[in-house]
Amino acid sequence: MGGLPAGPVERHEHDYALWEKRVDALMVLLSAPERRLLKVDELRRNIEGLGADAYERMSYYERWISSITQTLIQRGVLTIDELGRKMAEVEARGPEGHQAADDAV
Amino acid sequence: MSEMPRFQAGDRVRVRRASPPGHVRTPWYIRGHSGAIERLCGAFANPEELAYRRSGLPAQPLYRVRFRQAEIWPDYRGQPEDSIEIEIYQHWLEPAEQAP
Repeated sequence: MGGLPAGPVERHEHDYALWEKRVDALMVLLSAPERRLLKVDELRRNIEGLGADAYERMSYYERWISSITQTLIQRGVLTIDELGRKMAEVEARGPEGHQAADDAV
Repeated sequence: MSEMPRFQAGDRVRVRRASPPGHVRTPWYIRGHSGAIERLCGAFANPEELAYRRSGLPAQPLYRVRFRQAEIWPDYRGQPEDSIEIEIYQHWLEPAEQAP
């Protein structure tokens, strides 16, 4: 984090997984002027709210999706119940189900 | 609806030393340090308010402020004239005495 001792910056580009690209797209769609379901300032606030160790524990887009989720719950766009049920449904598909869903995109 | 700019290019300013809770864009490591206004960037809704779904108005003037690296990092080993520029909202700045 800013101003704290850390190693050198990794400068190489890396490939993004499909889910990471989806998280990026989700952010763009939610903050679009015709929706305004999320402000970048809320995204940042909720990333900070993940705690200082989130920077070591989570990847960049893991922090984003956790923060987007928090924001949508706070705003009442999603309920915790809806989210819990959907997550269970996706988990029940198993790894093959995930693959099929990814291929369908 | 925006606050009037209090500073202009060249003015010496000090970043307020404060640690309020909540979402603050002013980097922690620059608080309490002095620099010079490099330019006025315009006025923008206050991100500290936007982060909590409020309007952030009146818009706050935002400045690019230039600091000397050697004054910020105690063990800085680069050139003495090396600088760092940070964009800081007006409500985090106060007038500082002119550079010696």
